[in-house]
Amino acid sequence: MRTLRIGSGAGFADDRVDPAVELAEHGRLDHLVFECLAERTIALAQRRRRHDPAAGHDEWLAERMEAVLEPCARRGIRVLTNMGAANPVAAAETTAEVARRLGLTGLRIAAVTGDDVLDLVHRLDPGLLDRAGTASSLDGVLSANAYLGCEPVVRALAAGADVVITGRIADPALYLAPLVHEFGWPLDDWQRLGAGLGVGHLLECAGQLTGGYFADPGVHDVPGLARLGFPLAEVAEDGTAAVTKVAGTGGQVTVATCTEQLLYEVHDPAAYVCPDAVVDFSGAELRQVDEDVVAVSGITGRPRPDRLKVSIGHLDGWSGHGEISYAGPNALARGQLARDVVRERLQRAGVDTARARFDLVGVDAVAGAAPPGAEPPEVRLRVAARTGDHDAARRVGREVTALWLNGPAGGAGATRGEREIVAVASALVPRELVTTGVEVREV
Amino acid sequence: MLLHELAHARAGDKGDTADITVIAHRPEDYEHLRAHVTGERVREHFAGTVRGAVERHEVPQLRALKFVLHEALDGGVTRSPRLDPHGKSLSSRLLALEVPAPAERSTRSGHRSGERSDAAAGEPPRPARHE
Repeated sequence: MRTLRIGSGAGFADDRVDPAVELAEHGRLDHLVFECLAERTIALAQRRRRHDPAAGHDEWLAERMEAVLEPCARRGIRVLTNMGAANPVAAAETTAEVARRLGLTGLRIAAVTGDDVLDLVHRLDPGLLDRAGTASSLDGVLSANAYLGCEPVVRALAAGADVVITGRIADPALYLAPLVHEFGWPLDDWQRLGAGLGVGHLLECAGQLTGGYFADPGVHDVPGLARLGFPLAEVAEDGTAAVTKVAGTGGQVTVATCTEQLLYEVHDPAAYVCPDAVVDFSGAELRQVDEDVVAVSGITGRPRPDRLKVSIGHLDGWSGHGEISYAGPNALARGQLARDVVRERLQRAGVDTARARFDLVGVDAVAGAAPPGAEPPEVRLRVAARTGDHDAARRVGREVTALWLNGPAGGAGATRGEREIVAVASALVPRELVTTGVEVREV
Repeated sequence: MLLHELAHARAGDKGDTADITVIAHRPEDYEHLRAHVTGERVREHFAGTVRGAVERHEVPQLRALKFVLHEALDGGVTRSPRLDPHGKSLSSRLLALEVPAPAERSTRSGHRSGERSDAAAGEPPRPARHE
């Protein structure tokens, strides 16, 4: 049976670059995919684009392309990525500049457009999924981007693109596109589309499949974590696959690492909704067939949804924060006193502290309530609050730094800051109203 | 014993909803986890953190339980003032859940340190390393 080898070059915007180069050089790949867009990234990128029409794509785009374009061009590996963020066309231009700088010629670079549905959302005013109200009830809307399916990427590949750059697209659809293109899977072959999306889901977080986010010393030791390699899948025409990594890289591919990733951020394992199909992982089978090789089968799919999910980025007030540390004997009591003092001062200043955080890092910041009696060698007070305006946000941090001269003994390392909150709301729009395009340029 | 001795876990987030996968180290412990790590127990464990309902899904052939925790993230990653707005630490926190020892394990040392000395004495390696 014919197979395709697809590598995972990045699982998020700040991901490491070296493992992608290893995959390009030694993975015997057909395609290399970089998934780099978090939920809020596009809204932030859209803001940058407003200030500069050539901006708005992933900030590491040029660096990644400089690292991988030459080996990929040399070996005929096609590159797919959502690093276009809020500006895929500018990202394609930046990539073309990198290619020219590297002296590469005959390279086709495609930009996929159409995920920006801000005008459509203004017109339809759809209801919000995660809270009451419709899109127009949100103040300060910055962006609205639909999660596209694989179809425009398949068109770009059919147009001979060596590099395909998208904005918002369902992460596993980036991996499904080359399978649909090369194997000619019909876009209503739900079983194989589901299987292909399942493989994409396994690969989309890169190192999380190969032992990243897994090590627990003495329980799950991961060899060579510092040199963690990224995964690749050899996918067969029937949608079954074997996932592995480049020999000699750090990490491990085991049934345990694959199980964690297979179900990662999947709610109902029988119904993982993607634009191209609803994936059913409930019958998935994972089998260790060799060292660092896991066979994947039993993933299937059902018909795709009629509507596409849209992420709406919007302004949502401000956040202010401040931190200060206490060490040595009685550190916990001094941290608790500092916490009470800041709370009282903020309340006197009229800052709403009902939902603010007054954490003692090392005690109860992420662990929930601390066990009584523990006397830590150090604590760090962290105060954080959402506020309606910038001034109140500044006030939160300033009341923490004011502890330098106005708080308990031994306060150390005080910091403060504030930021405007860009939040994300979700809605659905009819898929037939979302029109995609492909722009190809050649260097 | 702590759930940490029987299982590993991974948390994820979508909006204000957290999800946690709990995976038995050994296939033979899956039914034991299914009996003792219920949605209700998970909800109690996270009282004060999770405001909404907890659903559980079962994937027996992967020896995995999936918990979906609603209203768990104080508004979600983009809005929450929590230090861990993604709720990533919920996975490790869930492994602190107390569960009864599985029947055939209660005759052995239930502690990792004990199992380490078992391994050092030439017994088979601990189950977590089998796969």
